[in-house]
Amino acid sequence: MALSGMRGLSVFISDVRNCQNKEQERLRVDKELGNIRTRFKNEKGLSHYEKKKYVWKILYVHMLGYDVDFGHTETVSLISAPKYPEKQVGYIVTSCLLNENHDFLRIVINTVRNDIIGRNETFQCLALTMVGNIGGKEFSESLAPDVQKLLVSSSCRPLVRKKAALCLLRLYRKNPDVVNIDGWSDRMSQLLDERDLGVLTAVMSLFVALVSNNIEAYWNCLPKCVKILERLARNQDIPPEYTYYGIPSPWLQVKTMRALQYFPTIEDPNTRRALFEVLQRILMGTDVVKNVNKNNAAHAVLFEALALVMHLDAEKEMMSQCVALLGKFIAVREPNIRYLGLYCGNCLEENMTRMLLVSDVQDIIKRHQSQIITSLKDPDISIRRRALDLLYGMCDVTNAKDIVEELLQEVICDPHKLSTISLQYLNTAEFAMREELALKAAILAEKFAPDLSWYVDVILQLIDKAGDFVSDDIWYRVVQFVTNNEDLQPYAAAKAREYLEKPALHETMVKVSAYLLGEYSHLLAQRPGCSPKEIFTIISEKLPTVTTSTIAILLSTFAKILMHNHPSDPQLQEQIWSIFRKYESYIDVEIQQRSVEYFALSRKGTALMDVLAEMPKFPERQSALIKKTEDAEVDTAEQSAIRIRSLQQTSNALVVTDQRPANGSVPVSQLALVRMPSQNMEASSTHDQATSQDQINPQDREFSHQNGSVTAVVPQEVHPADLLGDLLGPLAIEGPPAPAVPAEHKDQNLLSTPEATPDAAGPLALATVDDQPNSVQPIANIAERFNALCLKDSGVLYEDSHIQIGIKAEWRSHHGRFVLFLGNKNTSPLVSVQAVILPPTHLKMELSLVPETIPPRAQVQCPLEVVNLRASRDLAVLDLSYKFGTAVVNVKLRIPAVLNKFLQPLSISAEEFFLQWKSLSGPPLKLQEVLRGVKPLPLSELANLFTSLRMAVIPGIDTNPNNLIICATFHSESTRAMLCLVSINLCSSDIRVETDPTDRTQLRITLGSGDPILTFELKECIKEHLVSIPMQAPTPGISPIQPQSPVTPAYNDPGAMLAGLL
Amino acid sequence: MIHFVILLSRQGKVRLTKWYSPYQQKERATVIRELSGLILSRGPKLCNFVEWKGYKVVYRRYASLYFCMCIDQDDNELEILEIIHHFVEILDRYFGSVCELDLIFNFHKAYYILDEILIAGELQESSKKTVARLIAAQDTMVETAKEEAGSISNMISQAM
Repeated sequence: MALSGMRGLSVFISDVRNCQNKEQERLRVDKELGNIRTRFKNEKGLSHYEKKKYVWKILYVHMLGYDVDFGHTETVSLISAPKYPEKQVGYIVTSCLLNENHDFLRIVINTVRNDIIGRNETFQCLALTMVGNIGGKEFSESLAPDVQKLLVSSSCRPLVRKKAALCLLRLYRKNPDVVNIDGWSDRMSQLLDERDLGVLTAVMSLFVALVSNNIEAYWNCLPKCVKILERLARNQDIPPEYTYYGIPSPWLQVKTMRALQYFPTIEDPNTRRALFEVLQRILMGTDVVKNVNKNNAAHAVLFEALALVMHLDAEKEMMSQCVALLGKFIAVREPNIRYLGLYCGNCLEENMTRMLLVSDVQDIIKRHQSQIITSLKDPDISIRRRALDLLYGMCDVTNAKDIVEELLQEVICDPHKLSTISLQYLNTAEFAMREELALKAAILAEKFAPDLSWYVDVILQLIDKAGDFVSDDIWYRVVQFVTNNEDLQPYAAAKAREYLEKPALHETMVKVSAYLLGEYSHLLAQRPGCSPKEIFTIISEKLPTVTTSTIAILLSTFAKILMHNHPSDPQLQEQIWSIFRKYESYIDVEIQQRSVEYFALSRKGTALMDVLAEMPKFPERQSALIKKTEDAEVDTAEQSAIRIRSLQQTSNALVVTDQRPANGSVPVSQLALVRMPSQNMEASSTHDQATSQDQINPQDREFSHQNGSVTAVVPQEVHPADLLGDLLGPLAIEGPPAPAVPAEHKDQNLLSTPEATPDAAGPLALATVDDQPNSVQPIANIAERFNALCLKDSGVLYEDSHIQIGIKAEWRSHHGRFVLFLGNKNTSPLVSVQAVILPPTHLKMELSLVPETIPPRAQVQCPLEVVNLRASRDLAVLDLSYKFGTAVVNVKLRIPAVLNKFLQPLSISAEEFFLQWKSLSGPPLKLQEVLRGVKPLPLSELANLFTSLRMAVIPGIDTNPNNLIICATFHSESTRAMLCLVSINLCSSDIRVETDPTDRTQLRITLGSGDPILTFELKECIKEHLVSIPMQAPTPGISPIQPQSPVTPAYNDPGAMLAGLL
Repeated sequence: MIHFVILLSRQGKVRLTKWYSPYQQKERATVIRELSGLILSRGPKLCNFVEWKGYKVVYRRYASLYFCMCIDQDDNELEILEIIHHFVEILDRYFGSVCELDLIFNFHKAYYILDEILIAGELQESSKKTVARLIAAQDTMVETAKEEAGSISNMISQAM
């Protein structure tokens, strides 16, 4: 074999293989690496052959999983070798060892380019392959034109051109600007005429990327794609080597159909007819065959055809054909096809909802419900997960009971798995799957409950039997549900009481039962076994076995029982008191505090009644559970193609949306089933307020009495309310708790706080909110945020309860580039978004188009280009407005494109400094000012401040340690042109800040530059920062106020020093 | 797009890795560890797809070796499954009934061959004949260069 020449490598590999254990292997590898390292050190004696051998060994060691931190230079240097064998090794090993971000790659860009533009075909191939596999942004910039030339060149052979096509694809992905769209639509169309199927396959991949980014430019290619598909499907003129198990290049067929899915419709009737003929042929002509490879290839094509048909809004007949096929797949035994059938079923479900064909499809899918349920019990987790998604998607009122039952069974136990692996060995995937099952069962139970008690039954059963997989959100939700439905309360309490009879109870079950009984056990008082005393006894039995968080809930329950203790039973009272007393010295502070307070409260007699009143109803909100599934999907979707595709969008403003409805349903209030008993606005707003106060200040133990109604920031409720507070938390992603609104504004509170869903607010919202366009308050001080951003390049510029505006800036000489990140914090879109930049005269600014709508919980990025024309301290303003619901919010924000951003630190020698300093003769080029009222800062902090102003503090020029010499260059379009006399091509400004050691609030600043305006403006700019030191500058560790500063008295008079200089 | 290709032995030993998306050394190790846990534990007769961190991993077992390719969620799984088989058939033709040992001692050959099949995580060539021809041409070029290099260096290298 070809390897015979490299014996050393073979020997090393067999040595490693012969190692008995990991330790031996490590020793052997270390020895080899040591050897290679010494050999590389005196590189002169190395032959090409040896270099090659060592580089392969390094790759082998790397593959084994060891870190190799040397040899990269040698590997990369092989690329420049003149002979093919060395070059080949260099290219291949480099592309395996390094990734696109590695610095070493920069070194070889030139060599690579020479290989690409050179005449040697084999070198071209090597270079294109490496760039195609690991080329990054820099490669895009310098190589794209050359690679394009190779792709369209008529003199290049197919083997080069196909590599060029994929290499260009890589470069395009890294930097879409490298392909000029205008020129490319015609070229692409020509490329699609390619006869060589190898080249055509590569070109088609490139085409998919291009068309996904910009359909408009490639309409002319559409008929070509259909032609290609026709040619393949009819097996016309396909060389036998390009048929795979009798199927003409299945890969090219799949790719072509993928490309076609990017076009919204096909207008031309002839093209459309031709395409549908082909698709029909694929749908009808694919059978299950014995040969697994042929089968896979045929179905790869078939599934892609299905996707295309669904995309194209085909005639109903064809659609039902598709659906029938899917039904077949769902029932098939072959696991791959079944998996894909389930997967497609879900896509179809979503698609059909869009096309309003939902009933047909659902009927057909429902016919397969039992098969899908069988798949839910499949030993293969991949298939189970798909089945779960499909069941979740297809669930409605008619089948909810069955589906939820099945999900419940599945969470609770699956015997075939438990027999092989015990629960503690459940791997993480299995565990996550169970949690998902539990969550989805809970959501469906709530959404489609035929009656409310059924919902309670399901959830309690879920908690009882699969408590380990039930997240807290699920039990919070059931509590919330029961609280809001009076009819349900006795039933739920009775159920809870039943569960407590069980000998071994999951802790979550203890929590939910105790909570429900605390609130509602008095409704059962007449039933046998439900007297306060009996309830107390059964709950207190659980006390010794539960954890702290549950104890807290149990204590609250006891306090509530005590309140309902009428007529007073002294024995019960004594029992409960003794528990309170016992827990007064409990290790957990929260428990201690509760015990002390409940004890004290319970001695207040009737006042207790007011304090421990029943929990008020919760405002209607989106179920936290649904939010949770959405979040879960977001997590997975984040890295997927969806994101990549959205990154490829043409507009400069890119929308990174993370919103994908869980099952096509809009996030409506899931409490729709709740019947709110007649309740006036005032009462509910009071409740709302009470809850929000609870959320804000859980420690607040004051009682608030309003309008005579007994309300309640009840200390006893603090903990449960806390828990529920999480559940009910603001819908905004990171939204802060609602601001506490004074009582007299409570109506507005309900209507204008972002948490109140529009449904809940009702028509009233229209009136009040419109009157107060800017009822939305910014979070944190805008000015402080601005000041901080003057000194750093990224951070939050503005935030309110709906939107967050982040900013990120890059500066290069007199150019600047901001990216504004507009993030919608809500679960509904922000509309009528308008952003206008009002630039001052000295800045040229261009803001890319800001989309009018920001999707829910999505972030939009808008680049903002800045060019500095001359020195000035005027500021640019961003005028931003948006609408949320009916509220119009308008804010004007200063953009931190400030003078100091166009500075660049410059360190120069003492000699150079004095030369420049002396050449500046005095005002107006050189100015001096004594500043008073300066915030006292230690010298090091002062130096830091200048560094963050983008100026270099140069030590050692001034011998006085209390003086700072600072140097920077300022970039603007005008000064650049004007100052070409002085030096380089920029103006340099030298500043001396001298500090008077005795008084730290005073300093003298002298500064000069070649431009009088610049000198003045820069002085003022520095003054602004010195006189009122911005928030950001001092680090907390060092106290800024140091009257007795550790600075030694200057032996040099700073004034004298300065005089000398002047 | 294929993000990476990993060849694993039944014992979890890595036989080949190729990364088309940028992964740091540490990330590479984590990915390999996670996927071997996920894939090697799967029994026979299950489907060839595993959902993992928002991606899909398509894998196929040949004797003691697992060939794994990681793709985006909405890519065509079966197509990738057959790319794996296409790769294996080419290896088989080149080595003449390929086995794990061939790939261990000639891992660099496997890299050459893979580079003729995939670039940028996309299929480059679907004709086995063409790939075989190109690899043979490469081998010839290496052999010729070796002969040209003269016998002396050859002898030196043999002695190493």
